[in-house]
Amino acid sequence: MLQLKNLRPGGRHGIASGESRDPIGYAVAAMNKLAQSDLLDRVGLRRQAEQTVFTVTRGGFRTATTAGRVFARAGTRGTTGRRAATAPSRGVFDLTPTEDEQMLVDVVAELAAEVLRPAAADADVACAAPETVLRAANELGLPVLGVPEALGGVSEERAVMAGALVAEALAKGDLGLAVASLAPGAVATAIATWGTDAQQQTYLPAFTGNDVPAAALALTEPRPLYDALAPQATATRDGDHLVLDGVKSMVPRGADAELFVVGARLDGANVLVIIESGAAGLSVEADPAMGVRAASLTTLTLEGVRVPAGNVLGAADGTTYAECVRLSRIAWCALSVGVGQAVLDHVTPYVREREAFGEPVAHRQSVAFMVANIAIELQAMRLLTWKAASRAAAGKDVARDVALARRLCADKGMQIGLDGVQLLGGHGFVKEHPVERWYRDLRAISIMEGGVLV
Amino acid sequence: MISLDDPKKLRPLRDQAHQVAMNMLRPISRKYDRAEHEYPQELDLLAAMIDGLSESGAGSGAGASGVRRDDDEGDRRDGSVRNGTNLASVLGIAEMCWGDVGLLLSLPRQGLGNSAIASVATPEQQERFGDLWASMAITEPDAGSDSASIRTTAVLDGDAYVLNGEKIFVTSGERSDAVVVWATLDREKGRAAIKSFVVPKGTPGMSIERLEHKLGIRASDTATIRFENCRVPAENLLGSPEIDTSQGFAGAMATFDNTRPLVAAMAVGCAQAALDLTRDLLTRAGVEIDYDRPAVTQSAAAAKFLQLEADWEAARLLMLQAAWMADNGRANVVEASMAKAKAGRMASDVTLSCVELCGSVGYSEGELLEKWARDSKILDIFEGTQQIQQLIVARRVLGLTSAELK
Repeated sequence: MLQLKNLRPGGRHGIASGESRDPIGYAVAAMNKLAQSDLLDRVGLRRQAEQTVFTVTRGGFRTATTAGRVFARAGTRGTTGRRAATAPSRGVFDLTPTEDEQMLVDVVAELAAEVLRPAAADADVACAAPETVLRAANELGLPVLGVPEALGGVSEERAVMAGALVAEALAKGDLGLAVASLAPGAVATAIATWGTDAQQQTYLPAFTGNDVPAAALALTEPRPLYDALAPQATATRDGDHLVLDGVKSMVPRGADAELFVVGARLDGANVLVIIESGAAGLSVEADPAMGVRAASLTTLTLEGVRVPAGNVLGAADGTTYAECVRLSRIAWCALSVGVGQAVLDHVTPYVREREAFGEPVAHRQSVAFMVANIAIELQAMRLLTWKAASRAAAGKDVARDVALARRLCADKGMQIGLDGVQLLGGHGFVKEHPVERWYRDLRAISIMEGGVLV
Repeated sequence: MISLDDPKKLRPLRDQAHQVAMNMLRPISRKYDRAEHEYPQELDLLAAMIDGLSESGAGSGAGASGVRRDDDEGDRRDGSVRNGTNLASVLGIAEMCWGDVGLLLSLPRQGLGNSAIASVATPEQQERFGDLWASMAITEPDAGSDSASIRTTAVLDGDAYVLNGEKIFVTSGERSDAVVVWATLDREKGRAAIKSFVVPKGTPGMSIERLEHKLGIRASDTATIRFENCRVPAENLLGSPEIDTSQGFAGAMATFDNTRPLVAAMAVGCAQAALDLTRDLLTRAGVEIDYDRPAVTQSAAAAKFLQLEADWEAARLLMLQAAWMADNGRANVVEASMAKAKAGRMASDVTLSCVELCGSVGYSEGELLEKWARDSKILDIFEGTQQIQQLIVARRVLGLTSAELK
């Protein structure tokens, strides 16, 4: 019976619920099951390589979250934590990064070119970021980029603009590895931005120290037409505790994470809740996706997870949550700009060198105009993202700016992904070139909520 | 420090231009769309008012459809970032075109010819022609985008050049004080021999053949001008009379680096008019546009509007970027073309989509949406078509010559 139940249409294997199976269909499906059994493996008919794939890449293998470290309680509960000052606004239109920002971008660009890009293809297959990449990112201080100096971080002011520039530069190396590298920083930034004194003193030392924990900001849920402002995950009050239930998807490095910030509905408003990975009722399942694979995407399930009521991060009236969603979207926009730049930089020499009908294909307007349009829309994506980021840094309302940046980055970013493959023809479709990976990665921009934050 | 909000010091100017557009241009917008070729006499008063504002220093750039040369280079102290006349011009023009593109082009002060003068004139010529309202005559019946192939000739005869040829699509060609005419000194010598000449109105040998009937910007007259042994003083040749083949077309083409962000500004203004009204009509029809919720969870109209607004913002920021680079002395050929390419196609998409979103209200002459959808089309054509902008961007990005990428 179990077998038949598994074969029912409705979502599994991409079969819509309107389909029905006739007897022959069942027979074929049963044969397919046999073909998948271990028997084939025992007689050595299947490639060994498949076995070596990192366990977390196998969907359907749910496990408890990592036990994780003990975060020693510190600080004063209920007291507002330290806040980075908003960046002063001079009211001058300017597209020049500050000297500090430029220095940071230069270093990160080098990391992206020399460490991320060479590791990208293998990480995509393995669905995991190599230790070297994560260590390099941590050594550079990326996890504490959004943490003010007073809390052990690097910035004097809200580093939203720097965060966006860094995300852009990193993603030019590889999107999946960029997300894996930036995921702990998302949690640190959230706690630095909205945390109480107790939350900051308890959790931030781990991020400013030498052994930075994996951590994840979990805001996406697995549902068609998912609206980040209407999460179905719930937090229910039980004395001085909260009980959380729900499912979060696209959680980067969830299997390794020692700390989560999870979005949920509490008393009719959206809130962020800090959850340590050792909490009972928390389980994680690998959920490899079309792209962003190097970020080891997972699904996080919360079943009756109890945390102290003081673990609510920021305002409980929905304002912090909404701000977090917007700032996370800015980060995704910045990432898309970086990937778009990678596409442009890759197709430009290709179409100049590739010859057809006796001359470089770049000499044809149909090809050249595609490249021109990539350049035009990419720059527009960058400017919209920078506008949203710089306004956020100055503490201004960014709802509109974020919406427009996200719309443009999703639409034009995907077009750039499509054209990147198209311009290389069949060579774009095979893994010899990275454009097929960028095509898969760029589809993520309008879907992802959380994971990264500026 | 990165900041893309409108410059603080230019916001009063922008808002002033908006008020002028709303209270002077909009009330006569439909009138001169219907009365094509009739001179909008209200503009004389408006021009006088703008002069007054300029005198007071409050209105620099408002209403100007051309760029003026920056005289305050010394203002750029300690290498700091400037927000100057180029930004002022695009912001002012966008607001005025939110009022009416055709009327802006008819304003008897700064024409596209003035941009040519500002771009290539000597200081002495700048002084002599600076206060003229100058239109621009480049296109010929057989030479449009390929402006290097013009046939109008200029032959030196004593102290004057003798011009012969026919120019079409001359915006405000009948009304302006002077026409800046492109002509070749020697067709054998190609692009480098193309020079521009300031021909004052009423010069013997220059005659208006006809005025065009057009799809849009009907308030603006578009003239066909014939030159028959038209004698122009030799000192009216803008810039150097030498045929410098090493410089090639650069001198004449420099005009476009200045005018393209301005046309982008026209497109941004026209499209904003359509977006503003459509948003209002949609809201009254019960459509909520939510910036936080994903577009796919909202109505198709709201989702479409979000896409249009994102494209509009994209064009606007590219426009500001091009102007900002010019203000700070940076070469902006590519950025100017990017701005015009994006703004031109955006304006068509936005205005046409707004007509569709508003149904028969949008299509009817009862509202101005249908007019804006007609006005916007020219903005993807004049001062270099969409395709010419793509060529310029593509050549630069790909590092190809015009012989390689034709």
